[in-house]
Amino acid sequence: MHLNRVDELLIQSPDAVRVPLIGQALCAGFPSPADDFLEGALELPRWLVPNPPATFLWRISGSSMEGAGIYDRDLACVDRSLKPSHGSVVVAAIDGQMSCKRLVIDGNVARLAFCNPALPALAVDELGEGVIWGVVRFSIRWHVARGQLS
Amino acid sequence: MSVPAPRQRDRIGGGRAVALIDGNSFYCSCERVFDPRLAAVPVIVLSNNDGCAIARTSEAKALGIKMGDPYFKIREMCRRQGVRVFSSNYTLYGDMSSRTNAVYRQFSPQVEIYSIDESFLNLSDVAPNLRMELARDLRATVRAWTGIPTCVGIGPTKTLAKLANHIAKTVPDLQGVCDLTDPTAYAHWLCRIDVAEVWGIGRASLAKLEAMGVESVADLRDLDPRPVRKGLTVVGERIIHELRGLACLPLEMVPARRKGCAVTRSFSRRITERAVLEEAVAAHATRLGEKLRREGLATNHVSIFYHTSEHDRDAPMRSVSTTVTLPEHTNDTLTLIKAAQLGVAKTWREPGQRPWRYSKAGIITNDLVPLSHSPRALIGAMDRERSGPLMAAMDACNARWGRGSVVPARAGLVAKRGWNTKFEMRTPRYTTQVGELPVAHA
Repeated sequence: MHLNRVDELLIQSPDAVRVPLIGQALCAGFPSPADDFLEGALELPRWLVPNPPATFLWRISGSSMEGAGIYDRDLACVDRSLKPSHGSVVVAAIDGQMSCKRLVIDGNVARLAFCNPALPALAVDELGEGVIWGVVRFSIRWHVARGQLS
Repeated sequence: MSVPAPRQRDRIGGGRAVALIDGNSFYCSCERVFDPRLAAVPVIVLSNNDGCAIARTSEAKALGIKMGDPYFKIREMCRRQGVRVFSSNYTLYGDMSSRTNAVYRQFSPQVEIYSIDESFLNLSDVAPNLRMELARDLRATVRAWTGIPTCVGIGPTKTLAKLANHIAKTVPDLQGVCDLTDPTAYAHWLCRIDVAEVWGIGRASLAKLEAMGVESVADLRDLDPRPVRKGLTVVGERIIHELRGLACLPLEMVPARRKGCAVTRSFSRRITERAVLEEAVAAHATRLGEKLRREGLATNHVSIFYHTSEHDRDAPMRSVSTTVTLPEHTNDTLTLIKAAQLGVAKTWREPGQRPWRYSKAGIITNDLVPLSHSPRALIGAMDRERSGPLMAAMDACNARWGRGSVVPARAGLVAKRGWNTKFEMRTPRYTTQVGELPVAHA
């Protein structure tokens, strides 16, 4: 039944319903050294991703954001074109490590907070440029057992 | 070459404006986007097989690391100075390049992707007094959305845009933006920049120009273009016109159709066995087939080459090249593999006491034509009706489950190819592989 499977594959061309995050481009001047290494970008439905060039997927590791509904090993869809504001869930660089946190703006003080009542509140008062990497637009969570994930 | 008479809009301060935007230390910047610990430290990226430095951050340049420095020569210094060293992650760089170009297209519908990290934008429709502001906005947007720092040079011609980009990059006060369509800036900078910085002026031309007393860009611009043609060819004449604001190079939004195609690789180790060489050329032929099919092109001949390394001076040397002709145009991988194997069979020589240690092999074709327009052979016509769907199915599998999921047996499984190009210090393919996504701690 191999042929059937291949036929199915061709008929169910993913282009019809999904767009790759980013398409491939050909260079007019120099041949791109990346030409032999291009891969199909991760595909997400366009209606979920209004701004593909600014959208990146991150893997979450840890449980401090469970209060925001983000669990260990979930995927976070991060849109770098969104302006962070009070209450935004963000990916940020803290002490050289990328973290997922809630942005809390209290008057003139911006803080990055955990979202788990079991964990102590963390306050970062200096929010220099480049600290916030991007704003989490939505997250993806699997509701089947880990063993069944490929 | 006939040169049109200058029109009003071609003069400096006229209507035409082209921007050249490029990523600063592009490969290194791509690495920095996903690792905050790289922010202020020297970073370099190495070429295929981790050979030489091909991208350096300003911190690495300050340590004296030059473009093309062999890694084995600077390895110890890198370790001592804390330079972070990476293999090329072309999958990541290609994806980030596509992203930056998607942002550029929001600022100008006419974009020519010139190389992986440089693009020309047509800004002729932007009012002259708004161009600097637009360039600053463009830089800021690209930085915010993709994390890539860039510089923007604007000029009435591509050559002047390229020069403006160089000025934007080297003069910190300009904050990454320079506009040579502005007559004041044009007058100010051209006499202050070394002629060696002009796009297309190579070492040979430079020596000739020096002998003529040409030092600055302005000196070159003020030469009479016609006599120059003798010494510097039409290219030199064209550069002078471009420096004067007369555009000779149009934007190429649609890349010219590929005329030839080559897949060549250095082995990660030296090869002495025929079976391994055959596997390598079969893998290259497989890749060639993919590239041709992607653009609907076909070939009726392939050239195979393989040779020993010029660095192995004491070992026996051999360089082989042969062409195999096909009965008709094709882009069928299995046919290309057969041709490649035939090329090896025709030229292989059994080694004697001291075997030839081959370092590189490749497959090259010229005179590509669209498959659909290619003439059919009267004798020996191939079965396109069967080959087409088979190749389409193979390409679909590789697109869906990752490159190399389905390969012809002759090309060997990707994971088991002992000769494959080395990328030992490569970072994850952060943006294209769901198993290699960057991790945020929570």
